[in-house]
Amino acid sequence: MTAPVLQIRELEVHYGLRRKRRQALQGVSLDVSAGETVGLIGETGSGKSTLARAVLGLVPTSAGRIVIDGEDVSGYRQRQWRRLRRRGVVQYVFQDPLRSLDPDLTIEDSLVEPLLIQGVSRREASARARTFLDRVHLSADLLPKVPGEISGGQRQRVAVARALVTEPRLIVLDEPVSALDSANRVQVLEILKELRGSGVALVFISHDLGSVAGIADRIAVLYQGELVEVGAADAVINDPQHPYTRLLVSSAPTLRAASATRAEREELRALLSA
Amino acid sequence: MTLLSEKPVVMRPTPATEPVLALRDVRIGNPNTGAEIVHGISLELRPGKVVGIVGESGSGKTLSCRAALGILPSNLAITSGSIEIAGTDIATLSTREWTALRGSTISAVFQDPASYLNPSIQVGPQVAEVLRVKKGLKRREARHRAIELLQAVHLRHPELVYSQYPHELSGGMLQRILIAAACAADPQILIADEATTALDVTVQAEILDLLADLRDSAGLALVVVSHDLAVVAQLCDEVLVMREGEVVEHGPTSQVLYRPEHEYTRLLIDEHEQYGLQKFVRREKAS
Repeated sequence: MTAPVLQIRELEVHYGLRRKRRQALQGVSLDVSAGETVGLIGETGSGKSTLARAVLGLVPTSAGRIVIDGEDVSGYRQRQWRRLRRRGVVQYVFQDPLRSLDPDLTIEDSLVEPLLIQGVSRREASARARTFLDRVHLSADLLPKVPGEISGGQRQRVAVARALVTEPRLIVLDEPVSALDSANRVQVLEILKELRGSGVALVFISHDLGSVAGIADRIAVLYQGELVEVGAADAVINDPQHPYTRLLVSSAPTLRAASATRAEREELRALLSA
Repeated sequence: MTLLSEKPVVMRPTPATEPVLALRDVRIGNPNTGAEIVHGISLELRPGKVVGIVGESGSGKTLSCRAALGILPSNLAITSGSIEIAGTDIATLSTREWTALRGSTISAVFQDPASYLNPSIQVGPQVAEVLRVKKGLKRREARHRAIELLQAVHLRHPELVYSQYPHELSGGMLQRILIAAACAADPQILIADEATTALDVTVQAEILDLLADLRDSAGLALVVVSHDLAVVAQLCDEVLVMREGEVVEHGPTSQVLYRPEHEYTRLLIDEHEQYGLQKFVRREKAS
């Protein structure tokens, strides 16, 4: 049994100073193994994105440990984080692909850049760019274009390809399908599912329970900065234990309208605010 | 249980059998270039009923609603067909009559509530202003009624919220305030255009419950526009499916969503179901 790719222990994150200081994450512990997809759900302000940013070294943590691929990165300074990110061990995909892609770079340059930084030859980098573009089911015709010239769905797939080129151990995806229409959403989710075999660990953040249920092996539920429930995806969806998870699951609209859930939701809300 | 039922909104005398909103083969386009964007949409909406319009972005859902509200972009116009609101053909309306109609007969809420509120004015007075302008209430009455409305949309501590600024409130709270403002002048028709799209799923459920309350207690007729089939399934009696400006299917919700006839509707349902939550929820747990 190999060690998990990502280990988070008793993580705390605070924002603001002195009197304005407030806790964004509290005592969060979570492991993600190679080849595993962990879905992170919770609503706006629950700390999902803060957790993603902490794992990428984009927000300072105030306590706890983060170990990525055996490397304890908890006390890392900005320079060390940059070096780690440059090695391509951890990659990311955000909701808006324009944030993960440089709008002035061609798709080809966006894909080869992380490899050139690692010292891979231009020719080898170009070949790999094509391979990974193919992996996300996009044609090489897009290579000379800039992000503004392709559709939103194509952009997000390029962002996934860019995250893959360095063959990372861990990819953090923060709402990667939220801005996409349903056809593109399905396509990106299918691509992410295909990645499982390659052994990369995925942290998939979404407020959309259907997407999470569809691709995650396990689901972690964040509520007000704390993990209130972690379990196998099927168990969390079908037998949620925490009242907040039950509220989330019963709030998600489905094609078959369930009339009984409204009273149940009100009960759960009362329970949570008590 | 609902506060709205305690304070029933006075209904204008439109008999329940007459449509409050009727679109008859409405076509929308640019009259200068002749380009047509919406190729004929028809619907009839009666008090207490809910019609849903689904389709991807660019399908003409929002333009059709904007036509019914008289707020089409300046380069577009209704090129043929007619729209009737509470028995009045909107083609006959002057600007002044439109202003009187909007808010008091037909009203709307959109996706991004923050952009419809003035950030430098407290939210309560913005609701009260609707009451003063549309219902001619005095300052004090308007304030009193605005607080009642904030309570009716299930905002806790309505007096406190009244004097808060938009930036101090969450997206769900702002959308409730906009619904309160939209319903302040007792409209007969409320258009909710992607009104819950930007909200968390728990808040979305609350807003959908609130819209159902308004329908039940005030007999409000609703047009629910969404790209999410599940949202439409929660509320609507009938559904229109639009693609590229065309209505490809129109019928009772139970028929359109569960026994679709058009292949595009089937495609939308398939895409939805592939990662819809219901796929992963096991049917009927042993009770």
